[in-house]
Amino acid sequence: MRYLLGRLSHALFLLAGVSILAFLFTALAPGNYFDEMRISPQIGAETIAARRAQYGFDKPLPVRYVSWLSSVIHGEMGFSFAYNVPVAPLLLVRARNTLLLTITATLLAWAIALLLGVWSAERVGRMPDRLLSWGTAALLVIPDLALALGLLVFAVRSGWFPTGGMASVDFETLSPLNKLRDLALHMILPVTALVLSSLPLLVRHVRAAVADVLNAPFLLAALGHGIPRRTLLYRYALPAAANPLISLFGFSIGVLLSGSLLIEVVMSWPGLGPLLLEAILARDLYVVVGEVLFSTLFLVGGNLLADFLLYWADPRIRTESSAR
Amino acid sequence: MRVRRTFVKWLVALGILHGIVLCAGFFAPYDPVEQDRKSPYLSPMRVHLMDVHGHFHVRPFVYSLRLREGSFDQYEEDPTEPHPVKFFLSGARYQLLGFLPCRMHFFGAGNTRIYLLGTDAYGRDQFSRLLFGGQVSLFAGLLGTGITLLMGLSIGAVAGYYGGWSDNLLMRVAELFLALPWLYLLFALRAFLPLAVSPLEAFFLIVAVIGAVGWARPARLVRGVVLSAKERDFVRAARGFGASNGYLLRRHILPETSSVLLTQAAILIPQYVLAEMTLSFLGLGVPEPVPSWGNLLSSLQQYSVLVSYWWMYLPALIMVPFFLGYLGLASSLQEREEAYKIPRSSLGSLT
Repeated sequence: MRYLLGRLSHALFLLAGVSILAFLFTALAPGNYFDEMRISPQIGAETIAARRAQYGFDKPLPVRYVSWLSSVIHGEMGFSFAYNVPVAPLLLVRARNTLLLTITATLLAWAIALLLGVWSAERVGRMPDRLLSWGTAALLVIPDLALALGLLVFAVRSGWFPTGGMASVDFETLSPLNKLRDLALHMILPVTALVLSSLPLLVRHVRAAVADVLNAPFLLAALGHGIPRRTLLYRYALPAAANPLISLFGFSIGVLLSGSLLIEVVMSWPGLGPLLLEAILARDLYVVVGEVLFSTLFLVGGNLLADFLLYWADPRIRTESSAR
Repeated sequence: MRVRRTFVKWLVALGILHGIVLCAGFFAPYDPVEQDRKSPYLSPMRVHLMDVHGHFHVRPFVYSLRLREGSFDQYEEDPTEPHPVKFFLSGARYQLLGFLPCRMHFFGAGNTRIYLLGTDAYGRDQFSRLLFGGQVSLFAGLLGTGITLLMGLSIGAVAGYYGGWSDNLLMRVAELFLALPWLYLLFALRAFLPLAVSPLEAFFLIVAVIGAVGWARPARLVRGVVLSAKERDFVRAARGFGASNGYLLRRHILPETSSVLLTQAAILIPQYVLAEMTLSFLGLGVPEPVPSWGNLLSSLQQYSVLVSYWWMYLPALIMVPFFLGYLGLASSLQEREEAYKIPRSSLGSLT
């Protein structure tokens, strides 16, 4: 239990640290949203000064940070100048869409990676294994951007998939079942791009981890006892190889989040990615800070999940932490 | 021995690829910003050896393109007159390697124009832009990697060698940087820097941003190496003879980190080139008219380009041979280390 509490407090420390870091960055920024307003001749100097005061921009950084913290507690996370609404509700919708994409992609990628990795670990050095490692190498050298754009070109030229967005124009009028179908159809391209871009790394790690375990004496013994192949692989070998893979799980979420930022923009998926880009171009400061914080939250959450999984899967960690 | 040979093989392959980009002016037939307003969105020209009459030519040739009847953006080949491809001919002025004024080009088509990868909206030669864009993107990647490794080396060395509170503080900050998905971090840093800047300023700006974002991982790896190196017997002996901290670091400890740094470089360079591409693709990096691999692709964000002019996508594939080279280099470096019995984990994973 102490282990879990330790991880949790560590995660909170990270979040707090990142928020301070993000605020320090904002202090470095030359120019802000109000400087853009100053260019417009219709807006007087007093108006700008009043707006600055309204948002607390005339106060020093620590004061701003504290007032921002209190707005986080109130569930606002500051104020978006461009959208003229509190940041949190704006981000929540987008974060939901991003999560929909990343979670689907994570689960799918891991399911495929486990199957392929175990399959090829069983055949190390043989033809299918070599073919697969060539395949993963090929995927590894195709950059995300090329992959996403290539899929988009493919979608446009084949006309089989919608080429962007999250819903068709007539989404609201559809029946619930058709809504689901429409959403799934829109998700195919971005999810494919995400899965393909993260797959090679995962397959390689699963293969290496399982192949390592397959040589262990206890598996030879199990084989000698006549335990069927599938049970052997998935009940005996995989759990023994799970530790590094669970750590990789947390890491893979970070990779997928970064990947999804780009892919969302390319495929105009209304997630955190396009909003971040807009916010950067409009110098919508609190939105940027909020985005950074949300992405950290996901990544830290993913790592925390991996820690929990590790705690659950590995008795050594449980006994070690209770013995302490 | 075999490991060493594969390492050299990859290095040579990468050297050739980089050499082509470095001498972009020579290999590109035209100036990257020269416009040919009469032929926007020209499709890539086919290089033929066999003409319409079935005659075989030793010298490859192209047909110039003309507008298809009744169309405003569809071109077809004009088979009346073949234009032979000429080699080593004189053309637009450029500066070889950035300082040698030169006019010789590897290939061209004499009195007509040859567009191997088509043209963009302003009739600029995509092939030339691709080569010149490589100078921007690759240089950004190399420079950014240099910054990252320098930061990682110095921070890791300080943390590992001096230990104590500085180690604690630096490693906590490193954790913060690692807690952010790195593309978000990159964007956030970029967000707080000026947007409307000249191409040169933009270049150095994004190099600085890209370089500054990634220091945490190499710093951790360097710290690990330094921690073990400073307890080695020969280091203790040198300290016993009265060597100063600076001397010990410089002479005995930092050379130990070279393999980590090399492997990290092979991993980071393609990643950073891709980062530059991403930023420029989204309009946050190097602006037009200067070509970079990222902003060559940015026109694909328009649906009409995506639908009608598929060849605008071709520049996206340019990274593949470079990625392949660096991947091969990184894995051969890791194999080399394994031959010396250094655990793979201490060099950092492949991504």
